Amino acid sequence: MRLKFEKRAEPSRFMLYATPVGAVLLTMLVGAIIFTAIGYNGFGAVYQVFIAPLALSYKWGDIAVKASPLILIGVGLAVGNRAAIWNIGAEGQYIVGALAGTGIGILTKDMHGPWILPLMLVAGMVGGAAWGAVPALLRNRFNVNEVLSSLMLTYVAVHLMNQLVTGPWKDPMGFSFPQTALITADQMLPILVPGTYVHLGIVITLIIAVALWFLMSRSLMGFQVRVVGSAPSAARHGGFSQKQTVWLVFLLSGALAGLAGIFEVTGPFQQMSLGFPQNYGFTAIIVAFLGRLNPLGVILAGIVLAITYVGGDLAQSVLQLPNASKGIFQALMLFFLLASDILIRYRVRLVGAPAPAAVPARSPAE
Amino acid sequence: MIKLNRRNFIGGAAAAASLPMMASKATAADPLKVGYIYVGPINDGGWNTAHEAGRQQMLKALGDKVQSQYVENVPEGPDAERVLRDLYNQGNRLLYATSFGFMDSAVKVAQAYPDVTVEMCTGFKPSSNNNLSNYNIRFHQARSIFGTMAAMLSKTGVGAYLGTYPVPEVISGINSFTIAARKVNPNWKTKIIWINTWFDPAKEADAARALIDQGADVMTQHTDSPAAVQVCESKGVPTFGQGSDQSQFGPTMCKSSSLDLWGAFYTQRTKAKVDGTWKPEDTYWGFKEGAIDIAPIVHVPDDVKAAGEKIKQGWIDGTYDCYAGPIKDQAGNIKIADGAHATDGDILGMNWLVEGVDGSLPS
Amino acid sequence: MSVDFLIAVLITVVGASTPILFAGLGELVTEKSGVLNLGVEGMMLVGAVAGFATVDLTGNPWLAVVVAAAAGALVSMVFAVLTLSLSANQVATGLALTIFGTGLSTLMGKSFTGHGIKAFTTIFPDWLANDRIGKVLFSYSPLVYFSFIMVGLVWWFLNRTRAGLILRAVGENDLSAHSIGYSVTGVRYAAVAFGGAMAGIGGAAFPLVLTPLWAEGLTGGRGWIAIALVVFAGWKPGRLLAGAYFFGLLGTLELYAKASGTVFTALLPSEGWAALPYLATIVALAIISASKAGGGNAPACLGKPFIPST
Repeated sequence: MRLKFEKRAEPSRFMLYATPVGAVLLTMLVGAIIFTAIGYNGFGAVYQVFIAPLALSYKWGDIAVKASPLILIGVGLAVGNRAAIWNIGAEGQYIVGALAGTGIGILTKDMHGPWILPLMLVAGMVGGAAWGAVPALLRNRFNVNEVLSSLMLTYVAVHLMNQLVTGPWKDPMGFSFPQTALITADQMLPILVPGTYVHLGIVITLIIAVALWFLMSRSLMGFQVRVVGSAPSAARHGGFSQKQTVWLVFLLSGALAGLAGIFEVTGPFQQMSLGFPQNYGFTAIIVAFLGRLNPLGVILAGIVLAITYVGGDLAQSVLQLPNASKGIFQALMLFFLLASDILIRYRVRLVGAPAPAAVPARSPAE
Repeated sequence: MIKLNRRNFIGGAAAAASLPMMASKATAADPLKVGYIYVGPINDGGWNTAHEAGRQQMLKALGDKVQSQYVENVPEGPDAERVLRDLYNQGNRLLYATSFGFMDSAVKVAQAYPDVTVEMCTGFKPSSNNNLSNYNIRFHQARSIFGTMAAMLSKTGVGAYLGTYPVPEVISGINSFTIAARKVNPNWKTKIIWINTWFDPAKEADAARALIDQGADVMTQHTDSPAAVQVCESKGVPTFGQGSDQSQFGPTMCKSSSLDLWGAFYTQRTKAKVDGTWKPEDTYWGFKEGAIDIAPIVHVPDDVKAAGEKIKQGWIDGTYDCYAGPIKDQAGNIKIADGAHATDGDILGMNWLVEGVDGSLPS
Repeated sequence: MSVDFLIAVLITVVGASTPILFAGLGELVTEKSGVLNLGVEGMMLVGAVAGFATVDLTGNPWLAVVVAAAAGALVSMVFAVLTLSLSANQVATGLALTIFGTGLSTLMGKSFTGHGIKAFTTIFPDWLANDRIGKVLFSYSPLVYFSFIMVGLVWWFLNRTRAGLILRAVGENDLSAHSIGYSVTGVRYAAVAFGGAMAGIGGAAFPLVLTPLWAEGLTGGRGWIAIALVVFAGWKPGRLLAGAYFFGLLGTLELYAKASGTVFTALLPSEGWAALPYLATIVALAIISASKAGGGNAPACLGKPFIPST
C-alpha cells in the first residue's frame, strides 16, 4: 500500500478554497488536543485564540489594526510569488520604509501643514522600494538568488534601524532610552473610530488590496506576472521580459511593505523604537500563502492571523496559557495549509501495487 | 495522558463567554482585580522574575481581597496598550505596567479610563485624570556596596561593568560602583561595555570574557541573564549578581547579588486601592523601605564583608550617600558640588559618567 | 598586545564560532541536495533546550549532544514531509518551522529556566594546556574538536564518496538523477535530517559550551547567520570553516574593541559591526553568482520542489 498522487487535469477550485478553511479547523482541533495533553485547558485555549476576539466587539478594532500591515505586505508578496519571484525580505523593506518616513518626521517636527503626513507616506514607499530594488538589481545584474539576498538585507535593515534609534535619532528628551521622540499631531494618521487605533491606513490598505486583485485578474500586467511565474518559456516567446517582471515585483512589494512600515509609525506606534520590527514582513509570507496568493484571499488570511495575535494575548490573561502557544498555533495552521496544498493539483489515492515508472516533471506553478 | 473531557471544554467556553459581563458585574464587595504586564518571560531569572515575585507576595499578603492576572512577553508599543485595555475590560481596575517601554501606552490607558488606576514602573509622565503614579527603586544603592568590596578584592585595580544601553538606571549604577571603589582605591578604573541588547546570553558571556581578558579581575553587570556570572565562575573572577540571588550560577565567585524587592511596594499600593486611599504619588524606594537588598555576602575575607555590610547599614539609616559631593565627571568637571547631594531627579536622569570610568557613552 | 591576550581572544572566537559552524555545516549539506531549509533557528532552539534538559536531568553532556541531534533531526522531519513528500513551498515551510521551533522550545524549556548546569569540561589532562601552545591546542570543549572532525567528514563525503556525488547530483539536476534511478526524495530526506541534527548540536553548543543556562530565544538569531554563512562560503565546507571563524571574529572583535576603550569603536559604529556578516555575504553572493566558475557551485535546484508525476 502506498499513497499515490495523480495530477488533476485542472487545479481544483474546490480544494483551492476548501483547504485554507480546513487548515484553520484542523489547527483548532489539533491545538486543543495538544494543549489539553500538556495540561492546559485546550478547548478554552482554542476558544480564546480563535473565537473570543470575534465574539468581543471591542476587539474588532484591534484585529483591524493588527491585520492591516499583514494584508498590505501580504498582497505585495502575493504578486511576487505569482511570478515565482521570492521576496522574503519584506521585513527589511518594512523597516527601511518606516525609517525613511520617520526621517522626514524628524526633519519636519517643528513644521505644520497638511503636506507633512503625505510626504512621510511617500518617503515610506520610496524607502521600501529602494530597499527592495537592491535584490532586484542583484538578481538582474549578477544573477543573485533573491531569496538569499533579500533575507540578508533584512538583517542589515535591522542593524541600520538600531544604529539610528540608539544614536542620532534618539529622543533628546527621552533619558537616552533607545527610541525616537513621539511624532507630532501633524504627522499622525487620522483615527477613524474614536477610542481605537483604527486609522486611515486600514482603509487605504483595503483599497490597495482590491485594486491589486483587479489588476492581477483583469490587466495585462497581471497576465504578464502570472505567465512569467507559471510558464517562463511561454513568457519569453510572448515577449514578456523576466527582468522587467523582477523589477516590477520588487519595487511594488517593497513600496507596499514600506508603506505598511510608515503606517505603523504614523498610526499605532507614533515613534520608532527597538521593538518596532514585529516580524510582520515574515508573517506576511504566511499570510500570502494562506490567502492563496489572491489579494482578496490575503485580506481574509491577514484577518485570521491577526485574530490569533489578539486571541493569543487574551488566552494568556484569561487562561494563563504561555505566550509561546501563539506561535505554535500559527505554525500548525501553516503546516496544515502547506500540507494540503498538494490536493489542489493532485488527487491522492491509496494504491496496492507500486505505480509504473513515473515521468518526472516539475510542477509548473512552483 | 490526554485529559480531554467535557468538563474542560464547557469550563473553558463558559469562562470565556462570561468575560464581557465581568466588568459591569463588579461591585464593591468583590475582590479588586489587579493586572500586570511584563515585557519578557516571568522566568527570565532577572527583571520580570523579580516583579512576578513581588506580585506573588502581594497576593499572599492581601489574600481574598484581590485577584490578579498577568500577561508576559508584551511587546512595547501598541500591543502593550491593547493588552492593558484587555485587562481593563476583564475587570482589572489597578494596572501595573512594569517596563519603561510601556510608558506611553500606560498614560493613554489612564487617560482613556478615569476609573482605572495605573502604576507605571520607571516612567516619568503624568496622567491628566490623576490616576497614574510612577514608581522605581534605587538600584544604584546596592552598587556602592559592590564597588567597595570589588576594590578590596581586586589586585589589578581594574573592575568591569557590563551594561545594556546607556540609560540613567544603568549609568547611575556604574557611577555608584565606581565612586565607592575609588574611596577604597583612588586609582580605580571601571571598564565598561555596552552590549546594545536587552537580552542575548551568548553575547553577554562573550562580553564578560572580553572584559576579563583586558585585565579586569572583578566584575558586575546590569544584564538580565546570569551568563556573565557563569563566565566569572569559570574564570575565577569575583562577581556580583543583579536582580535576584544568582549564587547558584556562581557558587564560589558570586559574592553577593542585588535584590529587587517589589513585594512591599505592590502590597502597600494595592492595599491603598482596596481601602480607597490610593493617591497619585511617585515612589522611589531603596534600602530604607526594603525595596532593595543584597543576598548574603559569601566567600570573601571578613574585612571585605564588614565593609560591605557597613555601607548597607549606611543606606538603611541614611548616613551614607554615594552621590555626596564633590563628584567629578570624566573630564574633571565638578558635577556635584562639595556638600551637595544628587537629587532624585539628577539620579533618574543621569547622563554623564564619573571620573574613573574607562569608557564612554555612545553619542 | 601580548600573546596571552591574543590567545584569550582566540579562545573566545572559537567558542562564538562553533554553534554557527555546526548549524552551517548541516545547512550546507541540506542545500547541496537542493533543499533550502530556513528553519535553522527553530531547529537550533529545539536542540538547545533538548540538550540542556538532558544535562539537567542526567548530568551527561555526551548524551545531551546525541539527544540534541535527535531532536533537531526530528523537527526537521516536519519540514521534510511537507516539502519533499507533499511538495510544499520550502521558504514558507522553513519560516513556519522557525516559528514552531521557537514556540516549542519555549514551552519545553519552561521548567528548566533558572537552572544552572555544568558545561563540557575539556577532554585533555590539564598539564597539556599548561603552556601557550598547549592552551591554543588543547583548552577547548570537546564539541569544538568534534566540529572540526565534522567539517572534514562533510568535505570527504561530498567530494570523495559515491553517496556524496549522488547527493550533489540530486541538488544539481534532480530530473536526471531521478531518471538514472536515484531516489531524489530519499536523498533529500537524509540531507534534511542531517541538517536538522547538526542544527540541533549547534543549538546545544549554547548551553554546553557558551552559557550553561536555558533561556527563551537563547540562540539570539544565530540560525540566520548560519544560513548567511553557507552562502558566504559558496557551499564549500573548507570555506565554511573559515567563514564561521570570520563571522565569530567580527562579533567578538567588537566586544574586545569596546572593552579596550574608544579607539577601535570609532572605526565603525557598533551596529555596523553587527551588520558586517550580512553585508559580506551579499557581496560574496554577488561575486559567486556573477562568475561562471563559482556560480556552478550554488546547487541549481536550490529551493525548487520535485514531483515525479504520471
